[in-house]
Amino acid sequence: MSLPDNYTTYPHRREGYDHEFYDWSNMHERASVTWPEGKSVAVWLCVSLEWFPITPEDTPFRAPGHMVTPYPDYRHYTVRDYGNRVGVWRMLEAFKAAGVKASFATNAAVAERYPELIEAVLADGHEIIAHSTDMNGTITSDLPEAQERALISDSLTRLEAASGVKPNGWYSIARSQSWCTADLIAEHGLTYTCDWVNDELPYRFRNGLINLPLNTELSDRMIIATQQHSAQGWAQMMRDAFDWLAAEAKGTAYTKGGGRMLPIHLTPYIIGQPYRVSALEDLLADLANQAEAWIAPGAEIVAEWEAQQ
Amino acid sequence: MQEGAPDPGLYDYAPYRARPKLAWPEGKTCAVWVAPNLEYYEIDPPANPQRKPWSKAHPDVVGYSYRDHSNRVSHWRMADVMSRHGFPGSVSLSVALCDHHPEVVADGAERGWEFFSHGIYNTRYSYGMSEAQERAIIEDSIATVGRATGQRIRGWLAPALTHTPRTLDLLAEYGFTYTCDLYHDDQVQEVKVATKGGGGELASIPYSLEVNDHYGFNVYGMSGREYADCLIQQYERLAEEGERTGSGTVMCIPLHAYLIGQPHRIGPFEDALAHIAADPRCWKARAGEIVDHWRAAQ
Repeated sequence: MSLPDNYTTYPHRREGYDHEFYDWSNMHERASVTWPEGKSVAVWLCVSLEWFPITPEDTPFRAPGHMVTPYPDYRHYTVRDYGNRVGVWRMLEAFKAAGVKASFATNAAVAERYPELIEAVLADGHEIIAHSTDMNGTITSDLPEAQERALISDSLTRLEAASGVKPNGWYSIARSQSWCTADLIAEHGLTYTCDWVNDELPYRFRNGLINLPLNTELSDRMIIATQQHSAQGWAQMMRDAFDWLAAEAKGTAYTKGGGRMLPIHLTPYIIGQPYRVSALEDLLADLANQAEAWIAPGAEIVAEWEAQQ
Repeated sequence: MQEGAPDPGLYDYAPYRARPKLAWPEGKTCAVWVAPNLEYYEIDPPANPQRKPWSKAHPDVVGYSYRDHSNRVSHWRMADVMSRHGFPGSVSLSVALCDHHPEVVADGAERGWEFFSHGIYNTRYSYGMSEAQERAIIEDSIATVGRATGQRIRGWLAPALTHTPRTLDLLAEYGFTYTCDLYHDDQVQEVKVATKGGGGELASIPYSLEVNDHYGFNVYGMSGREYADCLIQQYERLAEEGERTGSGTVMCIPLHAYLIGQPHRIGPFEDALAHIAADPRCWKARAGEIVDHWRAAQ
């Protein structure tokens, strides 16, 4: 199988990126950010609230965590829903006990179906981030632009109607965007997205949108469900990350230092299991006692960063 | 290679028992080289019929931005840890990085790192290339790295480990001295090459898939601490064998900043590197120095 002649020509080979979304910069050389009360590490707890219809859709792709067996997949449908019925309530208690506020990336369908849960999330002062309609609402460039615009509009309209909250942030299912997504979510008045994992601080796209990177490596899904570590192993990794970031924030040979961010992405049906949740409780208690830690929802981190630009 | 033959004829069999003596400088028993992969993955690369660059419709936001983390954040973490413990890098370079983010390449050059080619982009595969196309990427690599760093590259790790039957012969013809593409040994070995001009030589230097951070984290699913333990075990065994047999061994630590430079992994990695650096049997070397020393002893 031969290749066309232009396989060794490179029309986008130039200084900077091969796309127009955002500009390059070295995080370690940017003007330093400072977090409130002189804290150096912003800890961002982000919980995914997901509803997986038992009728999965594969266009444009099937979401991670979706149904696996032939229909009807009671096993995965109910295990996922366990997170919304039981696991997340344990997590709400854990957050309250540690005195911390989190972000909840919420499918519109969860807000509609489980109003008691959304009421409790808001009553405790947590943030709601828009997270599509339900777990069939995936996006790639295979989705026609008009359909993507309708999906985003529908997600926001339904989420706002059910929760009474107009979100600032957008998190795509599996962080998967199309060529149009960044413009479409800016067009809908959202301030930030969490989908691009290339940085450890907020940064601005050329279209004005802010990206608040939600590290895919530091998630319970990656560490516990994919890499199959224990909850204690996961918590150890979070502590190792925190310690490195707190040291880096002071400035070293390679960095000016300044405020850092530790995103901790949580999934109720994973970390909310009875045998795992104490690892979360212990970690939160530790982090809340760290002198360097500012534990804050995404929108507050974005606002603090934006005010210093 | 012998194209189409069941044995590609890349090298002769050589049992690990009773190998010729090989002393590394100052009586060291294990040459340790660190190979950071400094890469650029295109967001919208052209199709190659034999391998799909991204699993999703472009842009694959996670795939692309996951790797971009190296060039915005984690390169400097990884590089500083290496420098602090006295390890120079021998860089597997997507040479187009010299154009896209020259700051990253310049940082490596200032640290005294050696560069070799890992293709133009890690999203352009050699499968199906004509000889002219393959010559074009070799010549492009030599010229681009020369322009950016002043170095004449001597080594090759095929882009995304994609080869053609003629790759190794062409490398020898262009005066390359080592390839990192063969995983059959823990010591430097001769590669059989046929060059048009005749007289070319090519060595295989042990790179590693097993202790590559990509395998450690994304194939074996290790924690940063488990990976650090693996590096120490690998080193201890190779240093001990080199000492016991008098035939120096080679350990490569292949890295990707977007993996090893994550905040939960870099601390344990530094501990492992400090352990290896402090061992008197360790020769902290660049790939070219290892190959030269071996070649001179043949």
